[in-house]
Parts: sequence; C-alpha cells; structure tokens
Amino acid sequence: MPRRLALRGVALLYLLVILLAPLGMVFYRTFQHGLEPVWQTLSDPLTVHAFEITLIAAAVAVPLNTVFGVLCALAIVRRRFRGKGLLNAFIDLPLAVSPVVVGLALYLLYSRTGWFGPWLGAHGIQVLFALPAIVLATIFVSVPFVAREVIPTLRELGNEQEQAAATLGATRWQRFWRITLPSIRWAVIYGVILTTARCLGEYGAVAVVSGRIEGKTETATTRVDDLVQNFQTSGAYAISVVLAAIAIGVLVLMMLTKPKEAV
Amino acid sequence: MLPLAALLWEAKKTGKEGFWQAISNPDAVAALKLTFGAALAVVLINSVLGTVTAWVLVRDDFRGKSLVNSVIDLPFALPTIVAGLTLLALYGPNSVVGVHLAFTRTAIVLALCFVTLPFVIRTVQPVLLELDVEMEEAARSLGAGQLTVFRKIVLPNILPGILSGSVLALARALGEIGSLVLIAGATVHTTVASIYVFQLIQDGDSAGAAAVAMVLLAAAFFVLLAVGALRFYVTRHERA
Repeated sequence: MPRRLALRGVALLYLLVILLAPLGMVFYRTFQHGLEPVWQTLSDPLTVHAFEITLIAAAVAVPLNTVFGVLCALAIVRRRFRGKGLLNAFIDLPLAVSPVVVGLALYLLYSRTGWFGPWLGAHGIQVLFALPAIVLATIFVSVPFVAREVIPTLRELGNEQEQAAATLGATRWQRFWRITLPSIRWAVIYGVILTTARCLGEYGAVAVVSGRIEGKTETATTRVDDLVQNFQTSGAYAISVVLAAIAIGVLVLMMLTKPKEAV
Repeated sequence: MLPLAALLWEAKKTGKEGFWQAISNPDAVAALKLTFGAALAVVLINSVLGTVTAWVLVRDDFRGKSLVNSVIDLPFALPTIVAGLTLLALYGPNSVVGVHLAFTRTAIVLALCFVTLPFVIRTVQPVLLELDVEMEEAARSLGAGQLTVFRKIVLPNILPGILSGSVLALARALGEIGSLVLIAGATVHTTVASIYVFQLIQDGDSAGAAAVAMVLLAAAFFVLLAVGALRFYVTRHERA
C-alpha cells in the first residue's frame, strides 16, 4: 500500500529531522574526542555545584508536590466544596503559563520593593538570587503533574471499596493507607517521574530568579546557557548529554510503569 | 497563587496608561506579534503532522514501532535548554548538513515544533485506538473513497482530540523560552514575548515586564478556558 508507506515515511522523517537527528548530533559532538575531555568538563567544580543546586531543588520540590498533588486529587475527586472548579483550573495553570511569567511573579513578590522582600530583608533572609528562590520556582512549575495523573485514576476507581472498609470499621487513615494509596500507586509513581523530569529541566523561571551566579546559584540548565554564551560549547554539550541521558532514563521508567492498556 | 497576585498588583500599580504604554511599545508589539504568529504556525504544522504520526502509530505496523512510540515523549522529558542546544548542534553555525538556521525565525518554528510535538499525537492516539474500524469498512464497502472515509468518518471522530492537543500546544508555544534562548536568541527579528519579558526584568523594568507578562497570562487563561469548554462539549453525550 503506497499510501500507507508514504504516511509512514512522512511521520518518521518528521521525527528524524526534528527530534532524533539533533539529539544524535549532541551525543556525537560530545564524544567525538573520546571520553576523557567529557569527564574533565563534568568534574569542573562549578559544573558539579550547578548539578548539586539542581538536585537540591528537585529533592525539595518532588516530595512536596507529590503530597500536595495527591491531596488535591483527593479533594477534587472525592469532596464537594466551594471553589472546587477554581482549584481544578488553577492546578493546571503552571502548565499553561510561561515559566518567565512565573519567575517574574516570584521576583516581584520577593524583590526589595516586593510584598515579602522588605520583611525578609530586615530579618536577614535572602530569597531572591539565592537557593530559596530556585526551590520556589521549581516547586511552582512542577505542581500539576502528580494531581493530573492521579485524578483520572481516582475517578475510575470509585469509592465502593473505601465505603466497604468504612462499614467494617476502618478509620480514615487505614482506608487511605490500605485501599486508596495501593490503588493509585502507579499513577503516583508516574506523576513523580514526570515531576522529577520537570524539576531537573526547569530553565525559564529559575533563570529569572536565581541570578545565575557561577558557583553559587547556577543550576545545570542555566549553566548550559551560560557556557554556550561564553563559547565553551564542549562543557555545555557534556552537561546536556547528562541531562539528556536522565531524560531517556525517565522515558524508560515511564514505559515500565505505564499501565499497559495503550499501544 | 500569591505570586500571580503580586504580578497583577505590579501591573495595576503602573495604571492603565503605563500599561498601554508598555504594551504598545514597538518592541513589545513586535515580540507579541512574533510570538502569536509563530505559535499559530507551529500549532498548524503539529496538528497535521501530529495527526499523521498518531495515525501511523495506531494503524501502521513496522519494526521498531514501540520504540518510535516511546521516543514521542522525549520533548516532555528533555530539558528545554537541552532541546535548544540539540537543534543548535545540527542546524547551527557548525552544521554538518549545511543548514544554518541560528537566529532566524525558521529556528523559532523549529524549536517550538520540537517542544510541542507530543501534544496532538498524545491526544489523537487514544481516540484512534478506540475508533471502530468496521465503520470505515462499511463506508468503503458502500463505495466511499479513502478521502471520503477520512473526511466523513475519521476526522469528525478525532477532531476533538486534535483541537484539545492543539490548544495545549498553543499554550506551551506562547510561553516557551528555554529552547529558544540558544537557537533564536534576542536579535531584532527573533525576540519572542517571553525573551522580551526576560530582558525587561534584567534591565530592571519590572513594570514593563509585568505588563507584557499580563498579556501572556491572559492568553494562558483563555487557553485553559478553551480546554475546559472543549472538554464540556466533547462529553455532552455522556452528561445528557
């Protein structure tokens, strides 16, 4: 069937041109002089520090957003309350809004003339251009993922089992730990994987609020940018390959954890 | 939530006049025009090629299909700055294929196509999977050509999927920055709205930045509304 082959060709060519060829090129450029220089650029203390900052931000944001996401999903699916529709819409907002806008909003809040800035400044706490701002920005952009994954699963699950457990005298906690959580665990894991990927890869919001001070508030992603701007492309390629390898690892994890209905 | 309130506050503080001044500044107008134009173009490209790809993934069969299927999600997992760098590596100044697109508008379209690639595919794919092939076979047995079958049976079924994927892609394209900073940069012809806002912040003009950010924020709200309305419309039979 020529038509089928033509469509297949179009689709695969598009993926090749836009996705696979560029990615392959980065790997080629990184490793074209062997492993030694790659290792050298990666063990640069400034680069190591940038990765540390990124990991710290993710280590705070992922657990926080996992708990928040599960709670929000439970509230949206199981409870009726005023402003539920609003919560449902707002939880998606970080997906729709530009990361730069998120960064600007945080900047306005914590700058010296912002709402919290003067008070925090008076108490000697620096948020902007320091680690707290990076963590806050990372939290903001990765809010929706866990809730988005858990909500449909909870809807499908229904609450008959929980009601049955309740009639048998199970407390609220017992019901959550023994019934609800085990049933939604794959959705939670899937959401956590997506959240982690987003946290490690955040650029726009962090670029605004971090100040990008080399060796202090630079994250892995902003360091890629700074290295390219300073024509140290080999360093940028090396960091990118690490981040890309993480992304590919995330994809593999997603394949393994995704419920097996589709494709 | 609070950060967004602060943003509104800052935009309000400058007053209506200051707001309009910041928005109608030629640089701001150019950046916003470019952003909306590029985003619309990219959404069109990806709604067509995304539908084709989803079709191939569902109806076609070839070796390595499941691998291709998992690669689709790569733009979601890959940091956007890395996405920009990969495009720069292949289509930048030292291109091995002889294509030099860095700091052009084509590069913007390319980068946005990259980051919004999965949206339409991932919304159309499940609908196509559920779609009954017998309907199409029945139409064909009654003498309908391929094109008629597609236009009269397949398209109406997958259209909601295409639309909701496109709307999400549009939101993403309007606010994108990470993949653009390296390959499109901030030249006169390639400054998109998010990069423009970023520059204003760096220059200390937070009022101007807030004004342009408000436009982006409003666009995001509209997109969320559109998604909600679409969801409402698509499920109308289930609710009735």
